[in-house]
Amino acid sequence: MTAARVFFVGGLISYRALFGWLSPWVFIPSLLVAPVFQILLFVYIGRSAALESDEFYVIGNGIQYAAVPCVFAMTNIIAGERHQQTLGSILITPAPRLPLFVGRALPVVLNGFFVAAFGLVVGGAIVGIDVPLSSVPAIALVTAVSAFSCTGLGLTSAAIGLVVRETAVLSNIIFGILLVFSGANIPLDDLPGWMSTLAQGMPFTHGIEATRRLADGDGLGSVGGLVATEALLGFAYAALGFVLLRVLETHSRKHATLERA
Amino acid sequence: MRTLRLLWIGWLFHMKMLTRSAFNFVLGIIYPLFFASAAFFMFRAGDDPKPLLYASLGAAVMGIWGATSTAAGAAMARERWTGTLELLVAAPVNFGLVLLPVTIAMATIGIYSMASTLAWGWLVFGIPIHIGDPLAFFLAVPATVVSIGALGFLMAVAFVRFRQAWALGNMLEYPVWLISGFLVPLTLFPDWVRPISWALAPTWGVSAIREAALGGAPYADIGAALALGVAYTVAGVLLVNRALRAARAKATLSLS
Repeated sequence: MTAARVFFVGGLISYRALFGWLSPWVFIPSLLVAPVFQILLFVYIGRSAALESDEFYVIGNGIQYAAVPCVFAMTNIIAGERHQQTLGSILITPAPRLPLFVGRALPVVLNGFFVAAFGLVVGGAIVGIDVPLSSVPAIALVTAVSAFSCTGLGLTSAAIGLVVRETAVLSNIIFGILLVFSGANIPLDDLPGWMSTLAQGMPFTHGIEATRRLADGDGLGSVGGLVATEALLGFAYAALGFVLLRVLETHSRKHATLERA
Repeated sequence: MRTLRLLWIGWLFHMKMLTRSAFNFVLGIIYPLFFASAAFFMFRAGDDPKPLLYASLGAAVMGIWGATSTAAGAAMARERWTGTLELLVAAPVNFGLVLLPVTIAMATIGIYSMASTLAWGWLVFGIPIHIGDPLAFFLAVPATVVSIGALGFLMAVAFVRFRQAWALGNMLEYPVWLISGFLVPLTLFPDWVRPISWALAPTWGVSAIREAALGGAPYADIGAALALGVAYTVAGVLLVNRALRAARAKATLSLS
């Protein structure tokens, strides 16, 4: 019961706190306007390079931009608490850690899903891509799974925030790696072999491919393997992040590095 | 002479501050490389015959705007947070001349990104660094930096009333990358976009750098970039004077 309360109430308070800081003056430019322009940038680079269709870049960048709300917000659950000098207070509580941290991930997943969906809809409408209406529910599902998967990676990044101070640099680097590796802008066949192999273990790679196939008219059943892999990666990263959080929390107590990092 | 000294010292001090920030240094160099790499892969895999050097030069200049847009948007907010805005405004010089070298220093940091992008393209993608007209190139780069810094100055004063000005600066990063012709020829855009592109100094700056590197005619572009830089500066100074008069009258400088 306590765990459920920590999960839901903690998650809700964290969600409200997120939007207490994330006023419309930040949310609209950073999470609604910027993804649309990232989509347009790569659509036009794609046209200039004569590489892939507009739909390829709308879907790739629409989903990949979810990395901003997912990775940055999750990483900020540690960095933000440290900045406000509340990290010690949180880690000293007897609250079970799993609902404490995973509860904070839930609003991040929802926010990531919303940002990706907004980019896909508005970017797609501006550029003028055709997606069968029957594919929309399945695309929404894959988008949500992709946001979850990236939030798992964000939890891992948050754990690293226990020992690294420049978490904003870390989040930007993760965003950049996903931009190049995930197939958002470059077909995996056109990447060097080691890059496309590494991409198989990253969030978004399978989600983006599944969404592209759904937009081309495939059914959810035919991309089930891709969606399952994306979800599995999310669980794997979340588990890794949670273990890292526990290990580095212990490390920071032992070496008194909690506020120093 | 006093004004020149103020600009020089202001630029020098802020350069020193910015180069001591791990955030600015690491991010300023590494972050644009991701966008450059994506563009290099796309142009290499695509069917367009444009040389990769075209993309390399465009991606290199993207870093200058990237280093300026968010930071310049937040320039006045940062002084507000550190409690130095009132002191700078009260100084016996025009506040615009205090702020201008700050944003030019931010743009200057972008030269690190420019150099690293060109080196990255050469080392990893085998894109040769060929400079057809070295003199013009070494004139075009500072002209581009100064004009982009002046655009950042205009942004900084235009966003004076917004507490979260960094987000507005951040929002303008992609649009300027897009319509200034860094990686996309202006001819690909709808007609109504082109006048907006022409009003942006980065458009002329990247064109000047490209023309100089590819052995074309860069001097008109250098002149256009500098002229726009002067226009931004004049507009920014007028705007900041007006904003400060209003802030003094209504006691709203700190926005608290």
